[in-house]
Amino acid sequence: MIEATLARSAATARRRLLDICFPVLALGILCAALAALGALIADVWGDGASRLSWDFMTGFPSRRAADAGIWHALTGSVFIILLTGALAVPIGVATAIYLEEYARRGLWSKIIEINITNLAAVPSIIYGLLGLGLFVRALAMGRSVLAGASTLALLVLPVIILSTREALRAVPGSIREGSYALGATKWQTVWYQVLPVALPGILTGTILALSRAIGETAPLITIGALTFVAFAPDGIWSPFTVLPIQIFNWVSRPQQEFQVNAAAGIIVLLVLLLTMNATAIWLRDRFQKKLT
Amino acid sequence: MKLKRFEFLIEWALFLCALLSVGTTAGIILVLAVETFAFLREVPITDFLFGTEWTPLFATPSFGVLPLVSGTVLVSAIAMLVALPCGLLSAIYLSEYADHRVRRAIKPVLEILAGVPTVVYGYFALLFVTPLLQRVIPGLAGFNALGPGIVMGIMILPLVSSLSEDAMQAVPRSLREGSYALGATKMQTSLRVVLPAAFSGITAACILAVSRAIGETMIVAIAAGQQPRLTWNPLVPVETMTAYIVQVSLGDTPQGTLEYRTIFAVGMLLFVGTFILNLVSAWLRERYREEYA
Repeated sequence: MIEATLARSAATARRRLLDICFPVLALGILCAALAALGALIADVWGDGASRLSWDFMTGFPSRRAADAGIWHALTGSVFIILLTGALAVPIGVATAIYLEEYARRGLWSKIIEINITNLAAVPSIIYGLLGLGLFVRALAMGRSVLAGASTLALLVLPVIILSTREALRAVPGSIREGSYALGATKWQTVWYQVLPVALPGILTGTILALSRAIGETAPLITIGALTFVAFAPDGIWSPFTVLPIQIFNWVSRPQQEFQVNAAAGIIVLLVLLLTMNATAIWLRDRFQKKLT
Repeated sequence: MKLKRFEFLIEWALFLCALLSVGTTAGIILVLAVETFAFLREVPITDFLFGTEWTPLFATPSFGVLPLVSGTVLVSAIAMLVALPCGLLSAIYLSEYADHRVRRAIKPVLEILAGVPTVVYGYFALLFVTPLLQRVIPGLAGFNALGPGIVMGIMILPLVSSLSEDAMQAVPRSLREGSYALGATKMQTSLRVVLPAAFSGITAACILAVSRAIGETMIVAIAAGQQPRLTWNPLVPVETMTAYIVQVSLGDTPQGTLEYRTIFAVGMLLFVGTFILNLVSAWLRERYREEYA
């Protein structure tokens, strides 16, 4: 009798102990993952911070690591991203409006929806092969800024569509009904009432999608963006390189001085990304406050 | 009347934009298929799929894709060994244990982890993780499958974690309450009630993570080496399908040659593989949504 009670309380104690250990273990693993991020940043900063300078930001590529800079790659990245946004945002928002506001629940909208979910998970390098076959060769755009931006636009389109749909879904139905009650047509309702309310949400999603695109390397390498371009792009037909490709180029060299350059390039890229993300989060917070 | 026609035109314009996404899929399949067929006209499909030697750039080329497939599977498997247990545990913690403040602190950091460009992870794998591992494992080559595999696992962890967490959050509260009422502890409830109940959603997350690992390019292109090799040894240089495409794209292989078409054939294989995984994952996610709708 006593033994049974003792055994039971031992089992209970073990259960309790496990119950305490488990979240500690889980939290430990989470912290390890976060520590990895810390290690990454510390490693890159330690390797590259000393190389950061105004000359590095405004310099052009060079065979001597100490003279090389990133101006051509930085301008290339900014140019590509602006063009990508200009191509992808109107089409993405239009698609989302169609699916959210117009489409009847039918076969077509179902196909388009499944298709977009699938496209969002296609590896980015496949988009590179598409860009190579379609834009660079079939449409004869060559290895230009336009071909690169078109490829990236197709890549970010699913992300923009999905986030825009979220934003449109968050707009209360009463706004639409009020507009209809005043005699507005469907498009007038969407354009004058729904879109302005959804705009901050759409902007947030777009910035996040573009910040994903600015770090993309593989598709642009595949369409043949050059790894050695000695000038900043001056038009949509100009050959180009981008920051991630320049970093990749430097990492792949055996000399240590070039790897220092790569680390410095990474710092610039991460700062650019953080700025875009912070803007997106700031917009999201403002948006949430306004709705509640 | 004019207004009515305008409305009609707008609706069609919007529909055409929506159709573009279907066109993208069609474009991908078309571009890959055309080049792959041209490739298969010269190389028998059995040689391509079951050959054990991949030397397309040699004087006497051989086009067996298995070494690239094994490289891809090896790196992805290592990545999943890291991402699955860690991602699941952190999802359980975030969904079942963490209070509001902890979640608000951790989730943005996980988002940042997911948003770091892959070229940066490649740098990290080659110049930080591999040298670190070399201190512990003496036989480790400078380029290997282990370092990039681990880093890829860290990269995918947030995806596994956030999708699994969504699935667990979708499990109704009543199941948990029932479990507590029967005297189960929090851990027993999490592992034996919530986890099985969210199973299809978690499986969907894992499959999507595998698909992401297979398609990941820059980490392996930088840190895994470029030697196609049929091996399960994680300590030596290997080459993945994606890294091969990058390797050819960087060189100056002339267009229209057989070597050039190999990247489309390899790309086709990659696309078909990830496409099937994505479809299964989407189907499973649909299912758990219905289960607790």
